[in-house]
Amino acid sequence: MAELVAVIASTHHPFYYKASTATGEERPPFADEWVRKVEAFRETLTRANPDVLVMVGSDHFHQLWLDNMPQFLVGKAPFYDANWYNEEREFGLPRMTMQGNEDLSSYILREGIDAGFDLAFSNELRIDHSITCPIITLRPQNDLPIVPVYTNIFAPPLPRPKRFVQLGQTIRELVESWPSDQRVAVVGTGHLSLELGGPRQFGPHGPDPEFDRKAVEWISTGDIEGCCGEVTLDSLHLPGNATHGFMDFMLMMGVAGEGRKADYVDTYDLFHTMEAYFTWYPNGGSAS
Amino acid sequence: MSKYLLNKFLFTVDRDPSLVERYRDDPQGTVTWWEANEANRILNCHTGESSTWLAFDDAERAALSTHDYPKLFELGAHPFLTLTLFIAMFERDHEAPLGFQLEYAQRLGGFALPYPDVAT
Repeated sequence: MAELVAVIASTHHPFYYKASTATGEERPPFADEWVRKVEAFRETLTRANPDVLVMVGSDHFHQLWLDNMPQFLVGKAPFYDANWYNEEREFGLPRMTMQGNEDLSSYILREGIDAGFDLAFSNELRIDHSITCPIITLRPQNDLPIVPVYTNIFAPPLPRPKRFVQLGQTIRELVESWPSDQRVAVVGTGHLSLELGGPRQFGPHGPDPEFDRKAVEWISTGDIEGCCGEVTLDSLHLPGNATHGFMDFMLMMGVAGEGRKADYVDTYDLFHTMEAYFTWYPNGGSAS
Repeated sequence: MSKYLLNKFLFTVDRDPSLVERYRDDPQGTVTWWEANEANRILNCHTGESSTWLAFDDAERAALSTHDYPKLFELGAHPFLTLTLFIAMFERDHEAPLGFQLEYAQRLGGFALPYPDVAT
């Protein structure tokens, strides 16, 4: 069976690419420390020596639209083009192409449906910065095949937080039962408190530092029960109007497991939002 | 009232560079043209297939026609769509980094929780 060699949860900050590549007067004062933190985080994936990446993210109204909106969607394609015109325009993100792993996509779709998730699929999926940001930060050589998993954290009605956790638990079971000798890492990105297009946007910190503190504690200690006890679809409006992206972190807690402390935790308090980086090694982190 | 149609306008204009410029330069004309020609086009579908029933109400048409993004927020347009398109149109007019984004936040400063519902 395949081996789950790393579980990684991260924020996806679309300005990292521009900040990290800027030079001279264009380079923001927080860039050097940000790069240092990201490179240390990157090492946690490199050390796990994965062969394939399951990438959990959320389309930001690029390909998935309100006339036909899936709650959970798995890409099944040999390649995925990535990043969109408005992401080039606003964030300076480059166009990219990733390889797919159709065998693992098929397995997750078939077995996931049989496990009770009526997963949508796409045979031609252009992915966006929720998945390309972690490629840029964690695997910039972009040399591994991926299986993209999109969640709806954006267009109500949304699945409830518990459902994200359950999908994470199911993804873990499916990866570990995939008949393959591949080493798999599951990498998912979301947000802590975040406001976009509202009065609390682009402040000197994230809109709700107290929520961020609690969120980092839940994630780093694997406290799924405590997190689910406090977080609801309604409560997520309070820390910021885009904070439902936190449910992708909850999905990743489901992958990592109840009570499973993260093996690597780092944060970086930036304007607008707090960056947060977590890595778990399900089997102790031995590379082979 | 059609939050969906507001979002559809923002979504389809935002993804077309020429429409972004057209809407910046001539909001009223662009909204009139779009409602007459594009509002009922079914996206992600074969060309030539259209709906028959989509139209703005007066408040929605007026908000879009005057670039009134606080009003769009009040009407429940999806904040991510509004923000993304308005950054594309107006960030260039501000010299300070995040100047437009901060002005945008300030102009929405009268809204308190709970914010207008964005469910469509």
